[in-house]
This record gives sequence, C-alpha cells and structure tokens, in this order.
Amino acid sequence: MHGRIRTWGPGALVLLPTVLLLGYFVYGLIAWSFNTSLTDRHTARKGPAQHVGFENYANLFSEDRFINSLKNLGVLTVVFIVGTLIFGLLWALLLEKGVPGESIFRSIYLFPMAISMIASGVVWGWLLNPSQGEDARGLNRLFEMLHLHFLENPWWTGGSRWTTMASIALPAVWQMSGYIMALFLAGFRGIPPELREAARVDGASEFKLYRHVLFPQLSPIALSALIILGHISLKLFDLIYAITGPNQFRTEVPAILMWNTLLRSDLAKASAIGIVMLAVVAVLVIPYLAWTVRQETEQ
Amino acid sequence: MRGGLSKTLALVGAAGLLAVSACGNSDNSGGGGGGNSSASKDVTVFTWWADGGEKAGLDGLVSVFGTACKDYKFVNSAVAGGAGSNAKQVLANDLQAGKPPSTFQAHAGAELKDYINAGQVDDVSQLYKDFGLDKAFPQNLIDNLTVDGKIYSIPANVHRANMVWVNPTVLKKASIDATKAPANVDAWIADLTKLKAAGVTAPLAISKGFAQEMLVEAVLLGELGPDKFKGLWDGKTDWAGGDVTAALNKYKTLLTFTNTDREAIDWPDALGYVNSGKAGYTLMGDWVAAQQLADKIPDSAYTYWPSPGTGEDFQFLSDSFTLPTNGADPDGAKCWLKTVGSAEGQKAFNTKKGSIPARSDADPADYPKYQQGAMADWKKDTIVPSCAHGAACTAGQNNDILSALSQFSGSPDVAKLQSALATAMKTN
Repeated sequence: MHGRIRTWGPGALVLLPTVLLLGYFVYGLIAWSFNTSLTDRHTARKGPAQHVGFENYANLFSEDRFINSLKNLGVLTVVFIVGTLIFGLLWALLLEKGVPGESIFRSIYLFPMAISMIASGVVWGWLLNPSQGEDARGLNRLFEMLHLHFLENPWWTGGSRWTTMASIALPAVWQMSGYIMALFLAGFRGIPPELREAARVDGASEFKLYRHVLFPQLSPIALSALIILGHISLKLFDLIYAITGPNQFRTEVPAILMWNTLLRSDLAKASAIGIVMLAVVAVLVIPYLAWTVRQETEQ
Repeated sequence: MRGGLSKTLALVGAAGLLAVSACGNSDNSGGGGGGNSSASKDVTVFTWWADGGEKAGLDGLVSVFGTACKDYKFVNSAVAGGAGSNAKQVLANDLQAGKPPSTFQAHAGAELKDYINAGQVDDVSQLYKDFGLDKAFPQNLIDNLTVDGKIYSIPANVHRANMVWVNPTVLKKASIDATKAPANVDAWIADLTKLKAAGVTAPLAISKGFAQEMLVEAVLLGELGPDKFKGLWDGKTDWAGGDVTAALNKYKTLLTFTNTDREAIDWPDALGYVNSGKAGYTLMGDWVAAQQLADKIPDSAYTYWPSPGTGEDFQFLSDSFTLPTNGADPDGAKCWLKTVGSAEGQKAFNTKKGSIPARSDADPADYPKYQQGAMADWKKDTIVPSCAHGAACTAGQNNDILSALSQFSGSPDVAKLQSALATAMKTN
C-alpha cells in the first residue's frame, strides 16, 4: 500500500494545482455558464433566478440576428481555412525547394503572426475602405492606380454574405498563413532524404514524388492545422471588432453578438450564446482529441 | 499564431484585470476611510471623459468641486475609448461585484433603466429639492428625466442632436440658400436632388452606427411631430403605422444621396467631407460646433440649422451623474452632485466641453456663438429625447436598433426595418 502511494503520489502532487485551477477556472466556470444559460437572468439584478429549461436556446435559434451570425461564421470559417491552407502550403513548397535567403522569406511570411489582431484589424479597416472610383482609398486606391478597376469592390460593406465575410477572412488569412507555412515546412524537413532519393532512383517524376511520397506523410500536420485554424476562426472576435465596429449586422459572428448581449446585461442569453460556441468548437476538437489519443495508444 | 492570439487575449485580459483591480482598490481605500474619521474622504468619479474638451470640462468641474467641497478629495476614475462602451463594461463589472464608484456618468433618461432595474442606483428626487434644481431646470427636461415619479441622475450638460451642418459654398453650385433650412424632409430631398444634378455625387455626408440612427430619428421627428415622436419611445405611438412607413421611405431616399463608405467612417470624417466641399450637408449633434472651433474652421465657412421639419423641437441628450446604491461615501457623492447641478459647476463644465448648461438661469454671454443660440432655443423649443444617445431608449434597445440600421444600410428593406424597430422597442 505504502509502496503504491510512492509510485503515483509525487506525480499526483505535481498535477494537483493544475487540476484544481483548470477544474475551477475552466470546467467549473463552463458549468456555471451552462447553469446561467438555463435561467431567466436577463438583467444585472442580484438574487435568485428562475430555471426556464432550454427556453433561451429555443429563443436564440428562432432569432434572425443569431442565425445570421452563425451563417456569417460558417462562411468565414470556410474561406479562412481554405485560404490559409492554400497560401501556407504554397509558401512551404516554395521554401522547401531551398531558395537562397530562405530564412529572410521565412521571417517575412511569419511576421504578420506577431502583430496583435486588434492592431492589424485597425490597419485592415483602413485598407478595406469601400470607396471606389475617384474617391477610392486603401486597397481600392491601389487598384485604381494600377487601372485594375474590375478588382475594386465594397469589401465587407457589400451585399452578399460571401463577399462581406471573405473580406473579413482576408486579413486573417494574411495573418495566419505564415504559421501554417512553418508547420508544413517542419513537416517537409521531417521526412528523411532517403525517401526522396529512393523515389528519384525509381524514376518518379517531381509531381509523383510529392503526390505519392511526401504529401501522405504531411496528413497529420494538415489535420492539426485544420483544427488550429478552425478553433481560431470560431472564436474570432478582435479582428472583426477592430475592422467593422461592434454593431455591424453584416459581419456579426456569435462572439460579437455575445459581447453585445453582455453589454446589455442579458446574462442568460449571453451564456447561451457562449455555450453554443463551445459546442461548435467541441464538434471540431473532440474527434481530433479522440483520434490523437487512439494514435498514441496504438504506438 | 496560437501564441499570438492567446498573447493578445492575455494582454487584453490583463489590462481588463488591471482596470478592474484599480477601481476595486480605490473603492477599498474609500471604504476604509469611512471607518476612520481622520482618513481622507475620497470621492471616486467614474466617467469616460479622458481627453479633449470633455477632459477640460471635467477638470473645470473638479476645480469647482475643490472649492465647494473642501472636506472631500476627487479621485478620477475615467476609462477611455469606445465612446463610453469600454467604460460601461468596466462599470458593469464593478457594479456586479458590489463595488460601485462614489458616482458614475450615464446618459440621462431611459438608458438609466438598466441600472434602475438592476437596483444599482438610488432615487435623487430629494436632492433636486435640497439643491433647488427642480426650479433651476426646465420642467420639460425634468419630465423627460422622470421614471415612475422618480429621478435617478443630475444632468451636467445638454446637447442638441437634430442639427444639420452645411457648407454654403457647395450649396451655391445649385443656387440653394444655405442660411435657411428646407421646410420639411421632402424639400430637403428636392435640394439634394438639385445638388446631385449639379455634380455633387454624395451631397449628404453620413458615417456609421449612431449617425445613421440620428438621421432616422430626425426624419421621424420631422415627419411625425414631437408628440407622436415621443410616443414612439414610450409606447403610445404605433411603430407599424403608415406615417412611420412613409418616414422610413424618406430615410431610404436620403440614404441614396450619401457617401458609399458610410459604414467605414466616423462622424469627424463625415464632417470633414462637408468642410472640404465634397458634401453639402451632414447631420450630427452640436458637439460639431466645438469640433469646428478646435479645427479652426472659420464661422463663415459653415452654417447650421435644425434638421428639416424640426425647427421648433430641441432633441436633447445629456450626460448626468448618479448616486449608486450602497456607494462608498454617499455624502461625498452628494457634494459632487451638488457641484454638478450648481450654476458655477455647469458654467465651468459647459464652457469647456462645448455643450450648454441644463439650468435655464445661465448667462449666454459666457458662451461662444453657437451655444448662445442653442441656449435661447433650449428655453423656447419643445424638448424631445434622443434614442441614439440614451435619453429615449435603453442600451439594449439602442443596440438592436443599430443592428437593424446597419442591415438596412446594406440591403434597404423598409418593411423589415420597420418591424425590427418595433421589436427592438418591445424588448428591454
């Protein structure tokens, strides 16, 4: 008995603070929020609140504004993930071939990541000015000067959800592609050179080498990238807030709607939005976690 | 990038914690002082006046407070940014934690309902009698401030929302007299049409968010008249009515004369369009007058009039101070409120901030040109509240209306807007 404690005791002791802190500040507060979302606490007034079951959720899903924010989020996530993966992979491929001055390019591509989303959001807000023609400013001005008039567009103030949310995704893609490049580059570098040599000796073309030898080995990295990008996109708040301000129907996502709801002290509704966001992220992350755990046990 | 994002969040979080803990600390020291009679009696005053004319106005109030309330010490607890939205978030945390400042700034009128419903502010009607404010403020204003027979704040100033700022040089292009307001919204639309024909592509400059809300309100006020307009906010006028539909259609027409980048700019940019001659008009509150003075725009370069059809109406908004429930030092807070309502306090504050005093006994000679005219109007016009600035509706209603208007700005559907506005005013 005594011996057993010796084996797991120290480990448990080291883990204890983390377990307590996470247990209270993460899981405890999730439970608290969930509980609040089931009540009628629609003002900041203190005192007991009535439990109303899932009424707040039912109300949310019958509200145009919330459905609109979910649709916006869906479009944003798709455009952001696809765009970032394409640029990240492209840059990684270019650098992987061993260009001169590789470290300089690597830094340039990675730099945007070091900027806070609020700061880049403010600047992108200027760049994405919707004026066109003679009054054009920002990117539209650039297109105007280059006589690329057909590229001028109203950006996020446009009418269709795809153009507005793609305009919001643009800065996010710019900011995150470098990170995805670094991930893929590390993946390429981790593939033993013998594999390439063997493929070349066997007479594989460059395309076939990538298609059948290198890319398959990158799939775990691609999956990680997908999960990371997905959860960033689902929680995106600061960038949108900085570009469009707090009350913009066209670019509102659940995170912004939650902020607006909190500002009016509707705690129950804000909690419900938070729990829905958590559920959406969980749908993405839990299968990934399950998959990694299974991989590790197999090894 | 995970690092980048979480770092950002950590920074924001840390800043938030700092701000909150800072307020908490000052409250603690104030509370501690209450137990010990010899300790300093801090009066924590929470505002979002952190720079510019607003800060100068606050400093003016503080110096009057220093002489009038020698026993107390002013502690500035201003939170900058976001036209008060940052401050309101910090304030909500403090109030929720049961650590209110001695007094806090809030828009007078319906916006206070959130605090009243949450039981966070006390009735100050008695102070109105004690300080003689029930005589000093116009009865019309007091009616607008009263909620269920009680008053919850003391206004420091008054601004007028329904003002149009005009560039006469631009209007000359279509031979329009810039000194006289068009008789009604239709006449204004006719003038705008002439200007557009004369080559001014976007004659009416407008910016995002509350500027659009102010234009809708001005059109509704002009078309419905003051009584029906007030009824929109207190439930006596039907939002679904045909007259509202007609007014909203006119707003839709007005939007077609505005700049396409309206969602991306703020009101000083829209004012800049007027000053630079790119646009002829912009509708904005009378803080524009102070801005024009600060930017050294000569009086001859612009004119102004109440928005068409609202010449006899003074659409007001007002910053006021409250008495929080269970505040640290209510006597100190009351002394601050007395200063805010006093003739000297209102003069010190308003001459610097560019607003007019809420008291009707102030001397116009102390004020710049625009304010003198506004003070005369304040005495004779019908006073109606502004929703965009919290006098007519709660923060939640305002939020819903802003959302509906931003949707309308992208895809103008009058029926949808009308029902969204009605729904917004039905909820809190």
